[in-house]
Amino acid sequence: MKQIRQPVLFRNFEQIGLAMTDDVILKISNLSKSFGPVQALKGVDFELRKGEIHALAGENGAGKSTLMNIIDGILQPDSGEIYLDGKPVVISSPAVAQKLGIGFVHQEIALCPDVTVAENIFMATTNVSRSFLMNYRALEKRATEVLGQLGDIDPATLVRDLSISHQQLVEIAKALTLDCRVLILDEPTAALTEKEAQVLFKIMRRLAGKGISIIYISHRMVEIFDNCDRVSVFRDGKYITTRSVAEIQPDDVVNAMVGRVIDELYPRKQSDSEKTDDIILDVRNLSERTRFKDVTFQLRKGEILGIAGLIGAGRSEIVKGICRLEGDVTGEVSLNGRQLFLKTYRDSISEGIVYLSEDRKGDGIFLDMSIAANVSALKLEQVATPLGLIAGAREEAQAESLGKRLNLKYGALSDPVSSLSGGNQQKVAIAKMLSVNPKLIFLDEPTRGVDVGAKAEIHRILRNLASSGVGILVISSELPELIGVCDRVLVVREGRISGEVTGAQMTEENIMHLASVGAKATIH
Amino acid sequence: MEDAVSVAGAPNGKPADVSFIRKLLRMRETGLIAIILVLFIVMSFASPYFLTWVNMRAMVMAFAVEGIVVVGMTILLISGGIDLSVGSVTALAMVIAGWLFLNGVDPWVASAISIAACTAIGAFMGFFVTRVGLHHFIVSLAIMVIARGACLLGTGGRPLGLFTLPPEFKFIGQGSIGPIPIVIVIFLVVVIGFDFLLRRTTMFRKVFYTGSNEKAAAYSGIRTKRVVFFTTTLCSALCGVAGIIYMARFGSAQPTFGIGMELNVIAAAVIGGASLKGGSGTIFGAILGAVLLSVVSSSLALLDVSVYWQDIIRGSILLTAVSIDHYLVKKRA
Repeated sequence: MKQIRQPVLFRNFEQIGLAMTDDVILKISNLSKSFGPVQALKGVDFELRKGEIHALAGENGAGKSTLMNIIDGILQPDSGEIYLDGKPVVISSPAVAQKLGIGFVHQEIALCPDVTVAENIFMATTNVSRSFLMNYRALEKRATEVLGQLGDIDPATLVRDLSISHQQLVEIAKALTLDCRVLILDEPTAALTEKEAQVLFKIMRRLAGKGISIIYISHRMVEIFDNCDRVSVFRDGKYITTRSVAEIQPDDVVNAMVGRVIDELYPRKQSDSEKTDDIILDVRNLSERTRFKDVTFQLRKGEILGIAGLIGAGRSEIVKGICRLEGDVTGEVSLNGRQLFLKTYRDSISEGIVYLSEDRKGDGIFLDMSIAANVSALKLEQVATPLGLIAGAREEAQAESLGKRLNLKYGALSDPVSSLSGGNQQKVAIAKMLSVNPKLIFLDEPTRGVDVGAKAEIHRILRNLASSGVGILVISSELPELIGVCDRVLVVREGRISGEVTGAQMTEENIMHLASVGAKATIH
Repeated sequence: MEDAVSVAGAPNGKPADVSFIRKLLRMRETGLIAIILVLFIVMSFASPYFLTWVNMRAMVMAFAVEGIVVVGMTILLISGGIDLSVGSVTALAMVIAGWLFLNGVDPWVASAISIAACTAIGAFMGFFVTRVGLHHFIVSLAIMVIARGACLLGTGGRPLGLFTLPPEFKFIGQGSIGPIPIVIVIFLVVVIGFDFLLRRTTMFRKVFYTGSNEKAAAYSGIRTKRVVFFTTTLCSALCGVAGIIYMARFGSAQPTFGIGMELNVIAAAVIGGASLKGGSGTIFGAILGAVLLSVVSSSLALLDVSVYWQDIIRGSILLTAVSIDHYLVKKRA
């Protein structure tokens, strides 16, 4: 596995020379940015031509977001220059970026949920408006015009009442109303259905035709190769290359992104000898009033089962429903052949079913509490005397042994978790799960916000757990992760399981197809 | 007191394990002790009465009973709540017990009923917070006004003179064992007891989990609503205890007692390191905060500073302490 293959893009490339300088609208030169000891951008160059759709590719942490945040004025570079139309500019705030004609659609939806779609779309316009009173009628009329090209959304509805994909469209509409020359789209299709995505691509091409330059960030190679003109690759805060999509293959981009053979990122798959028919988890006809319906699947001993689906399709809701974290659930759940009647998540924990949250800081860990106190939180009785006194030594011993098992890097066990890196914080969250010797772990986005090294480690931990007989179910938005780690992937679409892929069928295309279009028959 | 606390604080006795946070807290506590000592030294020169036994005793008596409420408030703050009704509920405890006594109920029974009633008020607030889903601030603001109204209603707005209270009952508030007033003994028992519980028991560890990150606590199977219900109830129950001690001490029930007490109590807890966001705070620190405020008040009185200035200075101390706290929290994040 240790073969070092030189990524294809290094073979014989020169950076695309820019013969026609007038062509370039935005030029980044030798840009650097550090956050404390972490250097997020190391002397990055980037050029955007007028009227092109330019894809940015790179893993999480490659520096794409930092670069985009600098272009939008949210962050300031430590050194380096930005040229707009050949003139050096200082973009000191998003308001300045907007004035310069730079629009940014963020990946996270940042709308005000309690006001109408129209008011959200024209938030920036209202902000600079000189009139004293709001003209709602005019706002709604203009909003209808902008939305007309995107989809069927009533401008008078409150944003909180929209689906995630419609909210995403409102975000895009918001950017379209700004008179921008450079439009940055950060994973705009993550929450969209395929149909909505196609509409978006059409709009993107029309905008490009009008001379607007678009920076398009996506993990989906198909989208990049179908819709973009050029692609720039970043890795570990460094600019790697820019190529026209016509002259390269998706694999080249992936290899340039990773900078090594992908096999190393993921552990081995389940071996044939590990394949059994022992079923750990058997879920039948699980339904929730609004979130999912008739979900039926099995998790076998020794395998890592994945769940894929668009944001909002109900992936997390299904597993949270199984362990009774939320939702009003009906249906049958059996663990190791015994039917369970769980009422609360506490029941679930005592049966050995635990859930690792997708939102680590929001609901996964206690940031300001010690590592030891975090690890013991699930079952304090384990480190306490019968009278309910916490035995500090036992608590630390528990954290220490789990920390060792997960290769946790820390100063002292009494340090607050906030002192750790994202990857190590995640390991604390996993240690918390393991502290109760679970029979089944649901991991929701187990490597979100985790660097590549820790990511590979977490993947290995999952494989070892699965081999030792613990049921492992992984939810992830990163398809390469699901494909790399799981032995079988279920795809959820609009609250139902729309299909299942295994072995060679596990491709991004198949999963995306099931996630956005769905299929009656299982692909095999 | 200091000894007991520091022993409880380092259960392993491993000095190498002293964490950054604990160091920080210790720093804050040492800092408070230092400020208090400086005040003592300055005041002993500034006023000949300051270091007298009478003044010391008066100062300690002044914060000891309130200190019991500070304990309840600190625990509530750690769980992420707040209670503005402490002053009114303390007064109501006096009024209920006093009224019952005047109507022929045995004072001990009357006290028990009164404390139970205060506990019920806390449970009532806890219900609105955890079941109805209202914010602590609003619920306790309403109860603050309602309880005060009930006090005035029950007494016609005049203090109830309880001259016939039996001496063994008054002993709680006025007696002493040797040189040490009973009030201080009760105070120390409550402080040391709850400090130990808070540091060492699983029950109170859940209070920290809940205040630190309620959702993460729920995702760890902790019944966070029960925790918040419990801390809300406990705070009011301790107000009841404080009210009874006050009644025994004053020999009367004063319907207007404790107006503005919530400011002092919350200020003490926050100066001592409790965060209004929940998740952090110590009893020891909060009591030091109370001591500091009490020493400042006493000093200002001895120096003949006008009462109006005293309020301005107390408010400024609170603002400074909270700013420092906020700065430290931001630095940590």
